[in-house]
Amino acid sequence: MYSEKVMDAFKNPKNVGEIENPDGIGTVGNASCGDIMQISLRIENDIIVDAKFKTFGCAAAIATSSTATEMIRGMTVEEALKVTNKKVIECLGGLPSQKIHCSVLAEEAIKKAIEDYKAKKAL
Amino acid sequence: MNNKNIYFDHAATTPLCEEALNKMIPYFTEVFGNPNSQHAFGRESVKAVDEARDTIAKIINAKPSEIYFTSGGTEGDNWALRGVAHAFKDKGKHLIISPIEHAAMLVTAKALKKEGFEVSYMKVDEYGVVDLEHLESIIRPDTIFIGCMMANNEVGTIEPIKEIAAIAKKHGVICFTDAVQAAGVLKIDVKDLGVDLMSMSAHKIYGPKGVGALYIRNGVKVESILTGGHQERMKRGGTTNVAGIVGFAEAFKIADRDIDKNFEYVSMLRDRFIDRVLEEVPFVKLNGPRTGRLPANADFSFKFIEGESILFSLDLAGIAVSSGSACSSGSLEPSHVLLALGLPEELAHGSIRFSFGKHNTIEEVDYAVDTIKDAVKRLREMSPLFKAEGDIKYV
Repeated sequence: MYSEKVMDAFKNPKNVGEIENPDGIGTVGNASCGDIMQISLRIENDIIVDAKFKTFGCAAAIATSSTATEMIRGMTVEEALKVTNKKVIECLGGLPSQKIHCSVLAEEAIKKAIEDYKAKKAL
Repeated sequence: MNNKNIYFDHAATTPLCEEALNKMIPYFTEVFGNPNSQHAFGRESVKAVDEARDTIAKIINAKPSEIYFTSGGTEGDNWALRGVAHAFKDKGKHLIISPIEHAAMLVTAKALKKEGFEVSYMKVDEYGVVDLEHLESIIRPDTIFIGCMMANNEVGTIEPIKEIAAIAKKHGVICFTDAVQAAGVLKIDVKDLGVDLMSMSAHKIYGPKGVGALYIRNGVKVESILTGGHQERMKRGGTTNVAGIVGFAEAFKIADRDIDKNFEYVSMLRDRFIDRVLEEVPFVKLNGPRTGRLPANADFSFKFIEGESILFSLDLAGIAVSSGSACSSGSLEPSHVLLALGLPEELAHGSIRFSFGKHNTIEEVDYAVDTIKDAVKRLREMSPLFKAEGDIKYV
């Protein structure tokens, strides 16, 4: 079953929403698997000043989205790229084994949003 | 937090009724004899089991000799399917079941495939009702078993069992029905229905867990799956669960006595719930038929959001429900029932089953609808699909 931290994050998720004209945005997963996660970023001087999420998924997916966006706020882009799903799980006090993929989605969404930021910056 | 404690998951299990509990208690301590024993202690237990068998037989219009006690629905389903398959394997190896059966049937059918049996599935329509013409068209000379549940556990659809049994009889095929959700809720007369076997369970009708029965029409050949001692007329080994059987019979007796009253009351709660949800919650789909469903059952898909997160949102508000989403079951696939009804995976992931009981109240139903409105709104605000609504095709 879920840890208290997971239920807390599910009950009161932080950073719900979508940043307008984001500097980077990434969406991963698909509805047929039951999980879609979107993370949008505001980045100034390579520092993530704001991160928001929108998630279609289970309680664990919502909790990992909230925690992952909390973790990367204030990080540099390079630091955020080093955030692994394991770190997200640690932060949540563990996840049931069948929910590990939710934390993988969070890691992937962050990476995809940063890729999008880098691609935009390169233009 | 909140002090609500609302149980809307009666299709999963029900609390034991007081009448059954009181009737059971002496059979744990005072009347503890093994019915297989020759002495007075044993004989007293035999008497209790015989009475229970008479009670259950009478309710479903069977003979007492046609009732075999089991450990519940799963054993009954296993016994019927495996037992008929093995008893008739020289006649043929073709089995027909519906695609919306309980896992006890589906997984057993898969196991039989490995033994060399062939399995065909009946077609069901968008409400889960079996297509009788299609059923008749897939019967072959080597078909030995036709099995369909009387009412579906997830979407509540009531199946035309009498018609299915008539088709089976016409082709000389054994017909089985899983009545786990129906027995004690719908009136059942096995002779009128014409089925050869029927499984039942106690804990869905305010009886104890771990006990049920299989009706086997006299003369029907069924191999045993639990081999052992001489219990159940040598057909089912294992020490008789005397207290459980006594509790089952008492719960069934009470359910049968109050069958009309409960049907009317629970249907009223269910209809109020369905009407309010359809009226007040946008983007929902009622799964299963509007009429012709179990009185206790309402199953909805809430578009753009996922079932497990709805389940936990309601749980936090003190309301217990179940979900057909993959996330709640621990598997990767959403409900096989909803997929068989043709629902897209997104909608199957967003399903919640509400199943009401005789102790629920209108106030609880109204509180639940209000809570659902808030929970669904909150989760949709978090969902990336809600905004992209125009891009997604829904039924």
